[in-house]
This record gives sequence, structure tokens and C-alpha cells, in this order.
Amino acid sequence: MLSREEVKHIAKLARLGLTEKEITDFQKELFSILDYFEKLKEVDASNVKPLSHPFEIKNIIRKDEPETTANKDKLLELMPERKGSYLKVKSVF
Amino acid sequence: MELTKLTISQAHEGLKKKNFSAVELAKAYLNKIQEKDKEISAFLTITENLALEKARWIDDKILKKEEINILSAIPCAIKDNILVEGEKCTAGSKILENYLSPYDATVVKKIKEKGSVILGKTNLDEFAMGSSTENSAFGPTKNPHDLTRVPGGSSGGSAAAVAGGMALFALGSDTGGSIRLPASFCGIVGLKPTYGAISRYGLIAFASSLDQIGPIAKTVEDCQVVFDIIKGKDKMDSTSVEVPQFKNWKLEIKNLRIGVPKEYFVKGIDPEVEKVIKNAIKKYEEIGAKIEEVSLPHTEYALSCYYIIAPSEASANLARYDGIKYGYSKIQDPKSKIQNLLEVYLQSRGEGFGEEVRRRIMLGTYALSAGYYEAYYLKAQKVRALIKNDFDKVFKRVDAIFTPVSPFLPFKIGEKIKDPLSMYLVDIYTVSVNLAGLPALSLPVGKVGNLPVGLQIIGRPFEEDKILETGKLFHGENI
Repeated sequence: MLSREEVKHIAKLARLGLTEKEITDFQKELFSILDYFEKLKEVDASNVKPLSHPFEIKNIIRKDEPETTANKDKLLELMPERKGSYLKVKSVF
Repeated sequence: MELTKLTISQAHEGLKKKNFSAVELAKAYLNKIQEKDKEISAFLTITENLALEKARWIDDKILKKEEINILSAIPCAIKDNILVEGEKCTAGSKILENYLSPYDATVVKKIKEKGSVILGKTNLDEFAMGSSTENSAFGPTKNPHDLTRVPGGSSGGSAAAVAGGMALFALGSDTGGSIRLPASFCGIVGLKPTYGAISRYGLIAFASSLDQIGPIAKTVEDCQVVFDIIKGKDKMDSTSVEVPQFKNWKLEIKNLRIGVPKEYFVKGIDPEVEKVIKNAIKKYEEIGAKIEEVSLPHTEYALSCYYIIAPSEASANLARYDGIKYGYSKIQDPKSKIQNLLEVYLQSRGEGFGEEVRRRIMLGTYALSAGYYEAYYLKAQKVRALIKNDFDKVFKRVDAIFTPVSPFLPFKIGEKIKDPLSMYLVDIYTVSVNLAGLPALSLPVGKVGNLPVGLQIIGRPFEEDKILETGKLFHGENI
């Protein structure tokens, strides 16, 4: 089982607000899934190069030129809180 | 003629011969949705105006004797994690309940240009995370073959819409089996293309190194028609590439070498499913293909590998839902007493995401966090390389690999939802394909009682045509 503190630490990193019950549930649930992952320990992959993408990919470069986005207003309308064309946020502290 | 039973080419011929109009075709499907979707719940949004407007445009073209494309006036459904401009796109999540798409996904743009009629947006597991479509914030979709069972997931709404005669084809997305599993459970055809074959621009990201959009349709030919139109390089997705064309290529059954991996027929598979798959393989042998047993030795590690990599990528991708830029935000709740920014994040995300999404964000964050990164994420990436290597080796000897899509038949609604690991096991035969970036077809090859069983045909990178032509042979579709 994971400790309450561990679950709370991960939830904070993930910026997920959890209820007390959700924390309790995750203690068991995450543990049983992580326990299943232990299977990977059987594999000796010490000399294997990790694969982050199925195929070789290269950086694709273009000129850094400004463009106008046609749907700026639509994007602004999706904001929960704004002032004119500014996005409004709560204070940090 | 029953318009909701046509294939794409049959509908195209009917339109050209003026047996029916585009508006009649669209209305036949809209009526069918009206009548049937009450019990199936495949659709989250019906885009009736968009559909009829497009249909009238095509009728006008036909009237003026202009050429129409094979996809013109063809009624289709779009999974609700793919953007259709001006329409809601929820990804099956409360956090995007009121999100209006500001632009068209590249695939949507492409089929709209050809004149496809978009009927609506289909249900899915929240953010495509699930194998049964039960994880939708808007309730489960039901399997048209048995309403007490799941349609598979996550593209369950798209598959159920096609299987239920409520769309001629549909678009889905596949990160670990999300096109192939529902196609198998609903008895229709689904194609998960090679990674990069189709632009992901406008697809709500789940795990970016695994996600691909693909077609779901009644026949292999229909899947091929749609794939040919939506594939190709797109400057808006730098991982997309031009799919190489094999000129003057024709499938010769006597030259076809099919590999059957022994690791896919072990304890855990439903014996009835195994029987149907073995019979299908025998049929290919009878018509002249060479069948040989092959080995993909790292198969047993694929599920763990996938369920570390996909949630890790998801935990980063889903950081964008912060209650600030768009989507559900606690600050809009008049009763909220939120004072600072951190509270906006915590409460908006805590309340906006459903159970399975929260679980995967937690798993992914854990796997990427200090002290665990090497044991989980890095190790999984190494195992991913080994899994891909297994396929590379086998594909030196065979042209295609045949496996079941899932070890299970469509299960009862509610049967696995309380036990996340048992749900993950449903994906055991499909996840490797995404880890290796390969194309794979889900083909209906039989039934157990009234429940369909799908054969998975895996191909080499960018050899979609080969697996599609191979698939056509089973039902005697012309090649």
C-alpha cells in the first residue's frame, strides 16, 4: 500500500484536488497497479537504448515569422475569465 | 432500397444514378439516429444543420452535373475527441463539457472538402482512456448486438454508430486499441494506421507517441476509401509523413506469409474466441496463404510497458486543462470561495476529470516523478524498444501477423469497471502495435452466439494496403 503522504505528494505534483476518500482509495489502487508493473523487473534491458517514438524523427524547422490566427476571437471566448483580450487569473498567493 | 445498409461505393453509385438524393440519404441516417440511438447512446451531439447543409451542396453539384468524390454526401460520425469547427468537442469529459471547437481537425477538413456529411459526434471513454466506453462523463454506449454489453472502447460510440446503421463510416482514434477493440466487439472493420500516416492536428491528445486517427466502417474497402482520403503529411503535425505508394503492386495469396505468434494463444484467452480465430487462420491457409508460427518474446511485458508510457504522456498532455485557458473552471461557480491560483488548478481538475482520468494522471505523474523515473518510465521505454525489435525480426520472415483483437467477448456493462486492472487486460493484444507504431486491421471473422469476434491483422510500417487487401480475402471482397 502507498502511504497517505505519497499519494498526497503525487496529487500535488499533478495539481489534482482529491477528497479524503479518494486519497484512501488511491493508496490501495495505485499500489496494485504498480505491483503489476513489477513484472518489467524480469527484463534485462541494461544495454538497450530507450525508445520514445516508434520511428526516427528529426526536428522540423521553419522560419520564425509572425502569422495572424484567423480564430483569435473564438479562442478568447473560450476563456473562463477575461478582461478584453486579456486572460484573467487569480493571484498567486 | 434500405439506405442505411449501403456501403460507400453502393451509396456513391446510387447518388450518381439519381436513385436517391444526398438530402434523402442524410435524412435516412438522421431518422435512423432519432429512432435507434435512444437505446444505443452512440452520439453525444447531432449536427443536423451541418449535415443537411452539406447534403444540399452535393445535390446542387449533382444537379449541375459536376463530378462528385467517392466520399461526397456519405454520412459519417466523428469521435468526440476530434475537432469539428463550431461544434462541441467534449472528449467525453466534464472538463470540456461546453468546449466549442475553434477549428477543424485536418482529417475533418479533408473529408469536408470531399463533401462528406457529418451527422454528429460520438461517445467515448473520457479522453479515450478506457476499453468499454463506460468511462464517458455522459453515460455508457451499448453494443448494438446485445444492449446489456459494452461496445468496446474507447471509440465505442463510433463503432456502435456504424454497426447500428446510424453512420456509413466513422472516424475514431487508437492509442492502445481504441479503434480495433470496438470494431471487434461491434462486428465491423477498423483500421489503426501506421504512426504518422494520418495527421493528429485537431485530435485531443492522450499519448502523443501512440495516438493515431483511423476509419471504422462496414467493409474493408470502405476503410480503405476513407484512409486514402485522410492520410498524408500535414504541416500542422510534424510527426506526419507522406505514406509511400507501392506502384503496380498486387497481392498474390500464394506469396502471402502469415505469422501467428505463439505468445498470443496462451492461458487467459476465451476458448470460444480462440476457436473462431483459429478457424479464420485455417481459412487463409485453405485459400493458399503460408501460415507459420512465430515468436514475439516480449509480448508478456507489453501491457505493463503501455500502462506506464501512455499515462506518463497523458499526465503531461492533460496539464493543459487548468481551469484558466478553457474548459471547466471552478471560478465560474458562483459559490466558489477560491482565493488563489493553486486552488483554481486543484479544484477545477479534481472536479472536472473523471475517475479513470484521475487514476492515469496519478500513475503517469508517479512514473515520471523523482526517484521513480528510472524504474518505471525509462525502463518502459527500453522494453518498448525490445517489443519493436521483436516485430522487426518477425517481419523479415512474414508479411502479416494474425492475432485475436481481444482475448474476451464483449462483456457486460458494469462487469469490469470497478477493477481497473481487469479492464486493462482487455487491451493485452492491441497495445504492442501502438508501442511499435505499426498498422493493424480489426476484421470480423465470426461469432460466438450473437457476439462478434475480430481478427487482428498487423502489417509492416506503411503497408496498410497489404493488410487491407489481405482482409478483403476473408469475406471475398474483390481485389
